Amino acid sequence: MEPMKIYANQLRIHIINMLAAAGSGHPGGALSAADLLIYLYFKEMKIDSEDKDNPDRDRFILSKGHAAPVLYGTLAMKGFFNTSELTNLRKLGSFLQGHPDMLKVPGVEMSTGSLGQGFSASVGVALGGKIDEKSYRIYTLLGDGELQEGIVWEAAMAASHYKLDNLVAIIDNNGLQIDGTNDEVMKVNPLKEKWESFGWNVIEIDGHCFTEIERSFKQAKEVKGRPTAIIAKTSKGKGVSFMENQVGWHGVAPSEVERAKAIEELERNIR
Amino acid sequence: MIATRESYGNILIELGKENKDIVVLDADLSKSTKTAGFAKHFPKRFINAGIAEQNLMGMAAGLATTGKIPFASTFAVFATGRAFEIIRNSICYPKLNVKIAATHAGITVGEDGGSHQSIEDIAIMRSLPNMKIIVPADDVETRQAVRAAAHIDGPVYLRLGRLGVPPIFDESHTFTFGKGNVLKDGKDITIIGMGLMISKCLKAAELLKQEGISARVINISTIKPIDEELIIQAAKETKRILTVEEHSVIGGLGSAVCDVLSTHYPVQVVKIGMNDTFGESGKPEELLTKYGLTVENIYDTAQKTVNSKK
Repeated sequence: MEPMKIYANQLRIHIINMLAAAGSGHPGGALSAADLLIYLYFKEMKIDSEDKDNPDRDRFILSKGHAAPVLYGTLAMKGFFNTSELTNLRKLGSFLQGHPDMLKVPGVEMSTGSLGQGFSASVGVALGGKIDEKSYRIYTLLGDGELQEGIVWEAAMAASHYKLDNLVAIIDNNGLQIDGTNDEVMKVNPLKEKWESFGWNVIEIDGHCFTEIERSFKQAKEVKGRPTAIIAKTSKGKGVSFMENQVGWHGVAPSEVERAKAIEELERNIR
Repeated sequence: MIATRESYGNILIELGKENKDIVVLDADLSKSTKTAGFAKHFPKRFINAGIAEQNLMGMAAGLATTGKIPFASTFAVFATGRAFEIIRNSICYPKLNVKIAATHAGITVGEDGGSHQSIEDIAIMRSLPNMKIIVPADDVETRQAVRAAAHIDGPVYLRLGRLGVPPIFDESHTFTFGKGNVLKDGKDITIIGMGLMISKCLKAAELLKQEGISARVINISTIKPIDEELIIQAAKETKRILTVEEHSVIGGLGSAVCDVLSTHYPVQVVKIGMNDTFGESGKPEELLTKYGLTVENIYDTAQKTVNSKK
């Protein structure tokens, strides 16, 4: 099995364990983004936990901040802090806040959690890179429900206006949000046409297929003069069969029984 | 007479020459906020966000993470109201080095009416952890305060006005962040003012002097953190305090003074400001008169306060 798949499964095991230990949090949208984050941190981005403040590093901003466990798990696996800290998620005194806090967690580039704001900040980071003529790239992950926030479209307009080809927005397009499907709650489709009309280069991929993820990042780098949006089709709760595509698993932590069942399934996938 | 927004625009250009990390953002109001001069001198470091105040603040936050010192400029009512939660979560919570320069604050924006008159911005900004608030009184103080803000690490809210204000300080004045100034000594009452009300407070004190009332006048330009020592000392020495602000009496300068005194040295505090009401269209001076932000009202209120306690 290719290492990316093994890493992603290991990350999912961390996500389930830390959410069960916390007793609250958001498993669905963390699991759906696991493959994307593993690829970014282990293949795509120029970052080093030993040199985390290097001004030339690539940046990742988790705009859908409620998926914090997927970021914390990835950062720990990448060496930003010890994986043994993960089970302190959401506990009093822990640096692992319910949503990412850049002042507390090593490797977190922006405090996020209020939807749409991480994306807007990413545009600012990209502008900073352009002003300083740096070659670093900025990747930001948004939820599809998050696209209902008005600030997202203000920021999307600005990114294309300022020709920010150093910015890549990845849409975790699992189609579900708290109250139901995107289409039921507030229709965000058609995504491709919306982003294109805002002046973005748009690539549609299967967000769980590493070959397609790799291709999309490569293509994004070749496009000059405009930012790229990667619409990654994903399954909410991916990797844990009883959580997959279930609205109910947006913001509920697994019980001990559910945790054991999920871990068994994920470990079986690695073997 | 020069408006504090003009002074802001002028000093920004100087700062831009001295420090290449200074970037300026605006939301399609650069002629009114006076950032247009900076834009002309440093086009590469000027970002127009368009009519999008939320993204204005969000981009400023992102720029700050790259080592820039962003000055995000727009009208006070939009800067603090429309973009509040971005200021809260993307600027104050991570303590990012963003300066918010809010012009057209208070009722003296005038004819545009209540929708554009910011009478609650200080109350909103005061409630945010990590936020610092400066309300300069004149040209000299504004230039020094903007320079000081650029050197402070973390979020700063600068409250600026549209209307020209008379000079209070000469060039020898030194603005010290967090410190107020006694502009006139007195022993019967202390009048604490800010911004464009300072010149009116000083005139009222002159009139009071003719009536045999000795009024101390204090300029508080740093609203947060406020100069507790100076306020407590004034309360101890003059017993009575009158606060004067072009802002709601709820949550502004008067409230900040009360917060200090109720904890450390309770004395009578009388507040002059907008009394839980929105403003309306009119000429700035007409509005100041209608809402009691006048030399006469400061004089009358101070006199009544002193006499009631005799």
